Amino acid sequence: MISVQVNSISKKYLQNKTEVLALDKISFDVTQGELFAVIGPDGAGKTSLFRILTSLILAEEGSATVDGFDVITQYKEIRKRIGYMPGKFSLYQDLTVEENLNFFASIFNTSIEENYDLIKDIYDQIAPFKDRRAGKLSGGMKQKLALSCALIHRPTVLFLDEPTTGVDAVSRKEFWEMLKRLKQQGITILVSTPYMDEATMCDRVALLQKGKILSIDTPENIISHFKNKLWAIKSKEMYPLLLAMRSNSSIEQCYPFGEFHHVISNNEKELLSIAEKFNAELKVVAPNIEDCFIALMQNNAIS
Amino acid sequence: MKIETEKVIIVKELTKSFGDFIATNAITFDVYKGEIFGFLGANGAGKTTAMRMLCGLSRPTSGEASVAGFDVYKYPDEIKKNIGYMSQKFSLYEDLTVKENIRFYSGIYGLNKLQLLQKTASLLEQLHLNNEKDTLVKSLPLGWKQKLAFSIALVHNPAIVFLDEPTGGVDPITRREFWEMIYQASAKGTTIFVTTHYMDEAEYCHRVSIMVDGKIEALDTPSNLKIQHNAKTMDDVFLMLARKAQRQAD
Repeated sequence: MISVQVNSISKKYLQNKTEVLALDKISFDVTQGELFAVIGPDGAGKTSLFRILTSLILAEEGSATVDGFDVITQYKEIRKRIGYMPGKFSLYQDLTVEENLNFFASIFNTSIEENYDLIKDIYDQIAPFKDRRAGKLSGGMKQKLALSCALIHRPTVLFLDEPTTGVDAVSRKEFWEMLKRLKQQGITILVSTPYMDEATMCDRVALLQKGKILSIDTPENIISHFKNKLWAIKSKEMYPLLLAMRSNSSIEQCYPFGEFHHVISNNEKELLSIAEKFNAELKVVAPNIEDCFIALMQNNAIS
Repeated sequence: MKIETEKVIIVKELTKSFGDFIATNAITFDVYKGEIFGFLGANGAGKTTAMRMLCGLSRPTSGEASVAGFDVYKYPDEIKKNIGYMSQKFSLYEDLTVKENIRFYSGIYGLNKLQLLQKTASLLEQLHLNNEKDTLVKSLPLGWKQKLAFSIALVHNPAIVFLDEPTGGVDPITRREFWEMIYQASAKGTTIFVTTHYMDEAEYCHRVSIMVDGKIEALDTPSNLKIQHNAKTMDDVFLMLARKAQRQAD
């Protein structure tokens, strides 16, 4: 069953008197119970897309449904059913943890007790601080409270806009583990993120750049579409190595990638000779989502 | 990359307490000229407090530190003149244009008129921002802002530049362009002291320290840290150490 359907959605903004196309005829479907990520950098259009689907702004073109309801004509139905966690912390800073949760429960005509089983796992971690004002919580605790508030009415679809931005690696990992457990409850989850490495945690991902979808598929399939043979090279002198690669015409591409540089070249002989010159370790590696994103961005730039 | 042996940051048992709370607990390390030094830790581990002391913004409770040859207790103002600082949260004035920001920071750091003209011209040229020089910074794409902010942090040729989570949110190509600017500055002898949440960026550093609960729990090259902790990636090393944390984030 389709939970979210997006048909050729476009959204424009005026910036400095020029029109910016935030979303350019975006289409995709999300199946019920799927954990679906929209991955892209700042300015790609992630927030615009989420705000359209949560009925907070209107698209100029196209149509969309959430849980079978139209985002324009049936927005009230949608608002009853979805949970939304915006990128910016939007709870009441001067209410306590418990007061915030109670507030959101009562808005949706429910109570904390009624749906406690759904949030127990997350809320238990902040329950010791239930009398603390939300504004005084740490970043990680704010995030858990915001997620609890977004879930308290047992939504069918959950929209999380950049929940892990600026969060350290440990909290990011914990957050994704929470999402996986929520998914088991049958909730459809749409999450946006600028972190490419989070793709592997999802059922399917849409790679978004400048309002366009570069690719949409399972992480495994996106990676399997990477055409080139990818090399990784590492030496003691990484920056001179990078410059040497760049100035060599037989090297198609070379970019830093963690402790290695990733290299695309059909001229194996030349590559080996550079490696020897720099006393470098050279090996063939499997690409990851970030390599794919870079390749897709460049193909897009050419076309 | 060759690291010179000249030390530009020397830290011994540096401590900062707020009442009973020891934010930074007797940390000791050195940073060398031209080094890219990664300063990692979970939120609340004490990184910001330590960085503020090294930038001459906060007086330590105890311990010793010198930055660019100046003692943090005696000469905090000299330190400020000899370092650059950039953070994603705050660096440039959004309501000033590109050119006005360059002029403002050049003025703060005491560049004369001729130096200002030369710097402005060379910066706009290097960053390909000539057509945008009269654009308000708030309407620049995030990646451009980050590159401009980094260049402006270097406008007075500081010995050390402190980067506090400089690269969040940009696309992978722009993020790499930013890191190449860091490599370039390092190759010219500028020391880079950087915090980041991206563990692949930790791999770009010559050496990395990881703070947990106010203390430095690990400090070495990324490859040595991985060997020591029997881990495949820096992400694994970080998770292993940071999960031991007892205290709550800021």
